[in-house]
Amino acid sequence: MTGAFESNVHSISAHDEHIQRNPGIDFNPDLFGRIRINRSAVERRAATIGTRRTVKKDYQAAWLLKALTCIDLTTLAGDDTPGKVRRLCQKAKRPVRKDILEDLGVADLGITTAAVCVYHNLIETAVNELEGTGIPVAAVSTGFPAGQIPLPLKLAQVSESVTAGAAEIDIVISRAMVLTGNWQGLYDEVKAYRNACGEAHLKTILATGELATLSNVAKASWVCMMAGADFIKTSTGKESVNATLPYSLVMVRAIRDYLDLTGFKIGYKPAGGISKSKEAINYLILMKEELGKQWLTPSLFRFGASSLLGDIERQLEHHVTGSYSAQYRHPVS
Amino acid sequence: MSVRDIFESMEYGPAPESPDQAAQWLQDRDNTLLHFIGGQWQGPDSGSFFETYNPATGEVLAKVADGNEADVNNAVAAAADALEGWVAIGGHGRARFLYAIARHLQKNSRLFSVLESMDNGKPIRESRDVDVPLVARHFYYHAGWAQVMHEQMPGYRPIGVVGQIIPWNFPLLMLAWKVAPALAMGNTVVLKPAEFTSSTAVLFADLCREIGLPRGVFNLVLGDHKAGEALANHQEIGKLAFTGSTEVGRILRKATAGTGKKLTLELGGKSPFIVFEDSDLDSVVEGVVDAIWFNQGQVCCAGSRMLVQESVADSLYEKIRNRMSKLVLGDSLDKGIDLGALVDQTQLERVSSLVELGVEEGAVKWQPSCEIPEAGCYYPPTLLTDVQPSATLAQEEIFGPVLISMTFRTPAEAVALANNSRYGLAASLWTENINLALDVAPQLKAGSVWVNCTNMFDAAAGFGGYRESGFGREGGKEGLYEYVKPFWESKLSKDPVQILPRFAPVEEVAGYETPEIDRTPKMYIGGRQVRPDGGYSQAVHDAKGRVIAEIPTGNRKDIRNAVEAARAASGWGGTTAHNRAQVIYYIAENLSARGDEFVHRISQLSGKDELAARAELDLCIKRIYTYAAMSDKYDSRVHSTPFRNVTLAMKEPLGVIGIVAPEEAGLLGFISTVMPAIAMGNRVVIVPSQHYALLATDFYQVLDTSDLPGGVVNIVTGDHGVLAEVLAKHYDIEGMWYWGSRKGSKMVEEEAAATMKRTWVNYGLYHDWEDDEQGQGKSFLRKAIEIKNIWIPYGE
Repeated sequence: MTGAFESNVHSISAHDEHIQRNPGIDFNPDLFGRIRINRSAVERRAATIGTRRTVKKDYQAAWLLKALTCIDLTTLAGDDTPGKVRRLCQKAKRPVRKDILEDLGVADLGITTAAVCVYHNLIETAVNELEGTGIPVAAVSTGFPAGQIPLPLKLAQVSESVTAGAAEIDIVISRAMVLTGNWQGLYDEVKAYRNACGEAHLKTILATGELATLSNVAKASWVCMMAGADFIKTSTGKESVNATLPYSLVMVRAIRDYLDLTGFKIGYKPAGGISKSKEAINYLILMKEELGKQWLTPSLFRFGASSLLGDIERQLEHHVTGSYSAQYRHPVS
Repeated sequence: MSVRDIFESMEYGPAPESPDQAAQWLQDRDNTLLHFIGGQWQGPDSGSFFETYNPATGEVLAKVADGNEADVNNAVAAAADALEGWVAIGGHGRARFLYAIARHLQKNSRLFSVLESMDNGKPIRESRDVDVPLVARHFYYHAGWAQVMHEQMPGYRPIGVVGQIIPWNFPLLMLAWKVAPALAMGNTVVLKPAEFTSSTAVLFADLCREIGLPRGVFNLVLGDHKAGEALANHQEIGKLAFTGSTEVGRILRKATAGTGKKLTLELGGKSPFIVFEDSDLDSVVEGVVDAIWFNQGQVCCAGSRMLVQESVADSLYEKIRNRMSKLVLGDSLDKGIDLGALVDQTQLERVSSLVELGVEEGAVKWQPSCEIPEAGCYYPPTLLTDVQPSATLAQEEIFGPVLISMTFRTPAEAVALANNSRYGLAASLWTENINLALDVAPQLKAGSVWVNCTNMFDAAAGFGGYRESGFGREGGKEGLYEYVKPFWESKLSKDPVQILPRFAPVEEVAGYETPEIDRTPKMYIGGRQVRPDGGYSQAVHDAKGRVIAEIPTGNRKDIRNAVEAARAASGWGGTTAHNRAQVIYYIAENLSARGDEFVHRISQLSGKDELAARAELDLCIKRIYTYAAMSDKYDSRVHSTPFRNVTLAMKEPLGVIGIVAPEEAGLLGFISTVMPAIAMGNRVVIVPSQHYALLATDFYQVLDTSDLPGGVVNIVTGDHGVLAEVLAKHYDIEGMWYWGSRKGSKMVEEEAAATMKRTWVNYGLYHDWEDDEQGQGKSFLRKAIEIKNIWIPYGE
């Protein structure tokens, strides 16, 4: 068990060769207290992300492959079983039909998804299934998705998941703390998660759809980064509104400002509702435009998605054959 | 590059839009663009053509008919022929045609976009996502106005044949802004596009032919300034609409002076982009991109003059520089570019030399190290900081991708710097504080004010300038009035309706009765009775020709003093409309209280019997009541623009209006011209009727007792010819109303060109001042205001 955990951490470190982990900084409300986000202006910018830039032909294929390698292939359902998760893990290892990769000339790149993301009970299955692949297992935690359980239980869950071999922990923040302005409380909580994570990477889910305003999204992003988050993530996928480009703009701009202040690079993970190739490309464009090419790697960018992969597979086949593809032609996860 | 390489490099790669169909369309007409006159393609009278280029590549696109006066004459004749039928089919008929135009534009939107980008050099993204959708929207919107003109514009009729001259920066969009309202209101059109960019106008003419628009309703004459001049000077056009440089606008103002042609001018700008410290700076940066790197900065309302609160200037500059590094220059048909080529080599040279001048004058230049295509007229996005208000670039329009910037300390200083310009087209202001936003927006001298946004356009909102950015509005209901005239205007008389008494001066034989105490009428300036600067007076006669008093002979210094007093009384425009109404009612009350005295004076000066004199007084009081009533009822509007925002079409006073009152109309003429002006919050300098000057000097005592703040109404008596010219030439007057001779009217319109005063003159015709249509009403109020559209997006 411990061996599996270590191999996972090792593989992440390989991804992260140049990226120093964010240790967090002291809580300082002056850094975010006066943030005001103008929603209309953010929406206008978001609306032109996909119209100012575009990728065609080989560029599109390459970008879709990149998107694919940034996917946290996810299953988070009450009826998840070891069998289902094993199937998911195999798909993560071989996300695209070999003949397509060969036609694209990338068969030897070892293309896999970025990670597999599951509930705690399925960690062990996933870790075993992925052993030796370098693909980390991420676990959702802290009473995901609502987080309405006592803090000690949340911390215990994080520790248990790390012990079970999860290399990445996707925690949910307490939305109530945001909505009541208890930023110190939020900071303390996230910092405690970070400590509980140890070597495992901490992704903090803001549940943006439940934070009421974009200003709250920006502030919560700041507090999580201050408390030592490795990634900030939009959503659980269970809120009525999940990842959107406007939320993403606000969060990546916070990442940029945090970088300017501290020098630490924080990863970004939009999750929930991203199921089309075109949307995925828009997110990559957003990352490249707002943060730079460096963020176009799985160590700093992830999609939390389940059905996106299928759409990318179809697009890639179309790119190779010129014919529009069908879902049944690609192995399910 | 292989997929594998791209997977590493993550470059965007090229994304070309195909030029094939647009090229085919050009080829189908032998790459030759002709006039469209009376529904027919017509070659140039001169037989000569010039070439038009794709500025991104330098390739010749087509040869263009070089229009001249003969071509313009043909086009105007065709438009005149079509007029009767176009009016006769009525609003619904016209609505159907405009609707068909909108639909066809949408159906062929890509062809229009591609052709526009090839001809002008603007990125295909902009022509596709901004220009062409707005064009279609304009025709839809105005199809609606055609449909409801009958109910919504009662009392107004079409002007007739309209001449329109448009620029090269938004060729098709400016065509739409001009043509849609003109046709909707029942006019027929002769349009002259810019010589650099004729293609989409020809494509539009083709569309008109396809949908079966009646012949002669829309006519197109191609060419350069020769055709433009011929059109502007054509005697049979009833109106000229122009968008372009202030320099040419001034020429056109002078050329049309005294002709009675209606004129709208949409001219240059140096629009401020004001950033307060509490704004969302990352959003501000994108606002900057939209403000100055939209259409390569070749936008009359570009936010080209950034004013940043000192406390955030450094961090904002840093963010802007980072953003600039990501801008991409390239071929206009590449879907992944931010900036295309400038329209022409001459423009490129102009921008380069202005930037050099800016650096010489102390500005700090920053340009990103972006790739610049070798062929084509490209200029990199440029930031010039530390540009002081005294620098040339703080005043001069660059019309290129160059942002200049300076800092401010307080909101008051921001307003002062923003308004420190001859222009007044648009302004953008950024703050998350609604109190600040709504405090600053009305203080800015700009026709469009964008709060936390910039370059927002829609058919439902008026667009147009203050000051030397021109006058008139395009879009919204306010824009319709530029293409109609009130029926009553046609009823104005060639001869005076109110008749001055005829008399030969008689010499009074001195008697030995005790004389009445000598009264000295004075001028009224800044709320005080003032003796004339020159120390001269002139005699006033009664209706029988007897000298009954002497009034001061005002001169240019008296006008200067009066304008200064009016300028200082700016509080009047800021007070509530309710307060203004109260003061104006009070004027009526005090006039009524002294009714007998005024009846006597009217009678004495006009020779009217007491009954008739009392009738005039009663009409004056009624009219004062009307304007008191309208003070708070001729109010602003919220436009329905298709965004989540409030677009306030705010009516604002012009400022200071110089009025030369109708000589023949006595107290009624004085009241009828002064009251609408002050009701809307203006301050006036009025030169009253010379014959009836004593009524004006009597009247200031009424003003004195009515709580009217000093300086709101200033009365300078004296010779109309002399004083009208001083007023017309004064640079610190926003508006000038003149009732007098034809020649005087021409003089006023000519002199107004220097600062683009809003003028209202009578071309030597006479109102019937007793008639409620000709003597009062919304026509008067409309002349007393400027409409500012304030865009306020919302949503937390």
